Amino acid sequence: MSASEAAAVGLTHGASEDTGLGHRGPESKSIVVPYGFWLFVLSDIVLFSALFATYASLAHATDGGPASNQLFDRSLVAIETVALLLSSFVCGLAMIAAKRRNMVWTQVWLFVTGALGAVFLAIELYEFAHMISIGAGPQRSAFLSSFFTLVGCHGAHVTAGLMWIGTMMAQVWAKGFRPHIIRRLLCLSIFWHALDIIWVAIFTIVYLIGTLP
Amino acid sequence: MFGKLTWDAIPLHEPIAWITGLIVILVILAVLGWITIKGWWPYLWGEWITSTDHKRIGVMYIVLALVMLVRGFADAIMMRAQQSLAIGASQGYLPPEHYDQIFTAHGTIMIFFMAMPFVIGLMNFVVPLQLGVRDVAFPTMNNVSFWLTASGALLVNVSLVIGEFARTGWLAFPPLSEKAFSPGVGVDYYLVALQIAGVGTVLTGVNFVTTILKIRAPGMSYMRMPIFCWTALATNLLILAAFPVLTATLALLMLDRYLGFHFFTNTGGGNSMLYMNLIWVWGHPEVYILALPAFGIFSEVAATFSGKPLFGYRSMVFATLAICIISFCVWLHHFFTMGAGADVNAVFGIASMIIAVPTGVKIFNWLFTMYGGRVRFTVPMHYLIGFMITFAIGGMTGVLLAIPPVDFLVHNSLFLVAHFHNVIIGLVVFGVMAGYTYWFPKAFGFTLDERIGKAIFWCWFIGFYLAWMPEYALGFMGATRRLQHISDPSWTPYLTVALIGAVVILLGIVLTAVQLIYSIRTRDRRRDITGDPWDGRTLEWLTLSPPPHFNFAVLPDVHGEEAYWTRKLTAIREERLIEEPKYEDIEMPLNTPTGVICAFFASICGFAVIWHIWWLAILGLIGAFAIFVWYAWRDEHEHIIPAEEVARIEGERRRIRGELLKTLTMPA
Repeated sequence: MSASEAAAVGLTHGASEDTGLGHRGPESKSIVVPYGFWLFVLSDIVLFSALFATYASLAHATDGGPASNQLFDRSLVAIETVALLLSSFVCGLAMIAAKRRNMVWTQVWLFVTGALGAVFLAIELYEFAHMISIGAGPQRSAFLSSFFTLVGCHGAHVTAGLMWIGTMMAQVWAKGFRPHIIRRLLCLSIFWHALDIIWVAIFTIVYLIGTLP
Repeated sequence: MFGKLTWDAIPLHEPIAWITGLIVILVILAVLGWITIKGWWPYLWGEWITSTDHKRIGVMYIVLALVMLVRGFADAIMMRAQQSLAIGASQGYLPPEHYDQIFTAHGTIMIFFMAMPFVIGLMNFVVPLQLGVRDVAFPTMNNVSFWLTASGALLVNVSLVIGEFARTGWLAFPPLSEKAFSPGVGVDYYLVALQIAGVGTVLTGVNFVTTILKIRAPGMSYMRMPIFCWTALATNLLILAAFPVLTATLALLMLDRYLGFHFFTNTGGGNSMLYMNLIWVWGHPEVYILALPAFGIFSEVAATFSGKPLFGYRSMVFATLAICIISFCVWLHHFFTMGAGADVNAVFGIASMIIAVPTGVKIFNWLFTMYGGRVRFTVPMHYLIGFMITFAIGGMTGVLLAIPPVDFLVHNSLFLVAHFHNVIIGLVVFGVMAGYTYWFPKAFGFTLDERIGKAIFWCWFIGFYLAWMPEYALGFMGATRRLQHISDPSWTPYLTVALIGAVVILLGIVLTAVQLIYSIRTRDRRRDITGDPWDGRTLEWLTLSPPPHFNFAVLPDVHGEEAYWTRKLTAIREERLIEEPKYEDIEMPLNTPTGVICAFFASICGFAVIWHIWWLAILGLIGAFAIFVWYAWRDEHEHIIPAEEVARIEGERRRIRGELLKTLTMPA
């Protein structure tokens, strides 16, 4: 039997016909790792969707307490939003620097990303503290419970992101641009951009709609 | 210093609880002592606890499931005994506050720590083998998932001896589960244990969807994947989309309880019906998370033991994906009585009936797979036939319940309880028991005893009908669920039959242990030498039993729908094995203690949160974060199995397969 005949009846290796998607065997790690992380981010977005649904159904359950258009300050939220979106842009710059194996700029841009994230977080904490001080804390009404939970959950994600950025800065510094470090940076940037997506939804549904007269 | 934890937390006033707890602790100490005396710790630590091998992790999941089956069943038979005793003037032996904990623990344990680990364990063991690859996408994360699940199971069982468990029913509906009505730690145990286990389950979902979509043998396109892999894919997609909702819902209830928020409270504008909606948005897909892998197992069993390809492979795939999607559109049928109005109820009622259609397609596919085949009545085949009969009945009562006016009559009655036990036992338990018997030789290299296996099947089958058919009748007669005391003595005969049924099932569970011990002791005459004991059709039977660490020396090329069957027929026809390839070094992931250490800190943190020991909770979190950073800092990721070693192991397999080939003839 010739080699081609043997291949045709499946007696040799590596002769599978082209069958379309995923036909050539396992994908490389540079595909698998970000793909898995994307799935995790999607599941995180599902978690937020449950919180959005909760907020939507409790938004008017103020129990005689303050309503959304008496509480939110659009200009403060505008600064917050600019800080977070800018940090996402800078995160992109950090990824470009990492792709060029430029240690200094990678560190600088990661630091700026984290710093802008910290600015965002500080404003959010100020807003929370202010609301609690005027008696509009999360225990006041179901509306405020859902507001603090939805926005606070996003804030908790930003905090986790800051810890991750710090860890990655240390790791890039100590280990250099190895392939698995680059993959982690990629996952970090996916995470950071996903927080933007969530924030755009919060900005629209909570703050813009909430401050309508 | 110790928050709410005092010596009063040990339930000395409840003899049943503390005596059981004492016995469990003694048994655990005896097992640990035995392992120490035998000097097995290095082996256990190095080969199992820290293992990143999907096969080992799968086995550990199933061990956890079997242990929890015993715990959950102990709760079940206690409830049956109480209901048979506490009739009329008698109050039985379980006071209400204890009885309430038992039915809550029974449901929680059976779903989260018996059924879930069992199906996830089978998926772990089987899916990479069926896909013809060496491991899952994220082997370390797989180990972390397992230990987080075990951590949740540990916390639920700790509640037996320290404090109490929830008295709210297995889904902890508010406002009963709120601080005002459940001030103890029971609900906190429930919430924290499920949160920890839930994180593990979401990670499993990420892992398996990535594995199935991105890591398959060459030539294995989507429409060539075994049906079990399809159902595993659908199940893990459901996990990804549903479990985050559970996490969010339980987190909201925790905020209510710990920080005085007002999501589901009666005051402050809270709305407890919001909880019903959220929990069932997770809860109904959860039914299919358990059901779909069982469908997959039965599909493999039907094809193998009928000696035919599965009938209607494509329709099976479409039915699986249809169920996957429609399962998100039916959640409201769990609370038609909420008062959402006739239109809303009609929509969800119709959707619930529609989901029976793809399920019916599957039943016909299995029937037609058997039709005209050479059916071998092995143990898994018994479960398949028992399942088709039982599940058809459970499906019909389900369609009955999907009719809103009927549901108003039987809502929260024993009719409902009988219905979901009918589908969970008839489908999930029968399915995992079939899978356990079917894949056991692949995992351990010898088969389970066939006669005892059939006896176990008959115990489950007969026991199920005795235990649950009377409950359907009682439900019609007005018996509500979770009764600690029965005031109508005319129900006694039904309850007695149900108790007898539970005892028959108990016999089945005892026989499962007997079968395991007997099969281990007689393993030398039940060896699976060839690695293909059932004349299988999918790639796991290409390997020896048990498979080598790396599964496949070279990833198999896939030609056609039944990868291994095609290859087997080619070899028989050509009277020779596939050409010997050039072996190469294989990289396999290193074992790591990350998972078990992380779960240790998660358990500490969880326990501290339950008892309001805040400093310890923070320490636990820091510990868990530290172990991840430590893991991320490692420099070696994989170890190399040299080509000569691969050639030696594969050479042995080829020798065995060559001998097997001489005995095989072309099937008729």
